[in-house]
Amino acid sequence: MSRFGKVWVRLSEHPRRGEPVEIRAMVMHPMESGFRLDSVGHPIPRHIVTVFTCTYGGAEVFRATLHPAVSSNPYFVFYVRATQSADLLFTWTDDRGEVATHSVRLELE
Amino acid sequence: MVRQAQSTPETLAAALRESFGEAPITSGRIKLEIPRLAENGNIVPVSISVDSPMSEQDYVKSVHLFAERNPLPRILDVELGPRNGRARVATRIRLAVSQQVRAVAVMSDGALWFTAADVEVTVGGCDP
Repeated sequence: MSRFGKVWVRLSEHPRRGEPVEIRAMVMHPMESGFRLDSVGHPIPRHIVTVFTCTYGGAEVFRATLHPAVSSNPYFVFYVRATQSADLLFTWTDDRGEVATHSVRLELE
Repeated sequence: MVRQAQSTPETLAAALRESFGEAPITSGRIKLEIPRLAENGNIVPVSISVDSPMSEQDYVKSVHLFAERNPLPRILDVELGPRNGRARVATRIRLAVSQQVRAVAVMSDGALWFTAADVEVTVGGCDP
């Protein structure tokens, strides 16, 4: 069963052509580190988001490889230079092959 | 809480060698913003920014975050490029104990820059 939950993405307001837009993105996921023990002392298996990518107009603009030390519900702030009105597509993949995606339109005047 | 195997400065050095080979890593051009005192080691906010024009000719290719004394030395690897316009990434990390956090930037010309920050952790992320 997928452990991905709600996705939350915000862009900075009033993007200007040629200027970097701030992107804040979070997905609900336990990021179970694999180093914890359950109540009877058995190790809880690792279950983490391993890759987070963002494409802008189809081109990849951000790729993060996550390790167990990234906090649960991984949250990222990064930038993309606004060059065109196009979709931003966010994709999170975990180590069990589950995927969460989200799309946001970046609209320029 | 169970005592976990910990990284050591030696395993960190090994991870750095694995990622960057024997190329020299120079101090500077990269800025790490992280609390000096982290009350909750499970959620430590961190921001990495690199002094770079992020142009087609001169940009940051990747940034990497390492923990000296977590169970695993690697925290995060991020690929960037001129399309970002600004070389800054922020996230939230787990720190098991008080330790040094290290950030490395790989530039488009292959140069490596690093910085480090000491973080005192009040309640360790015993989960990392």
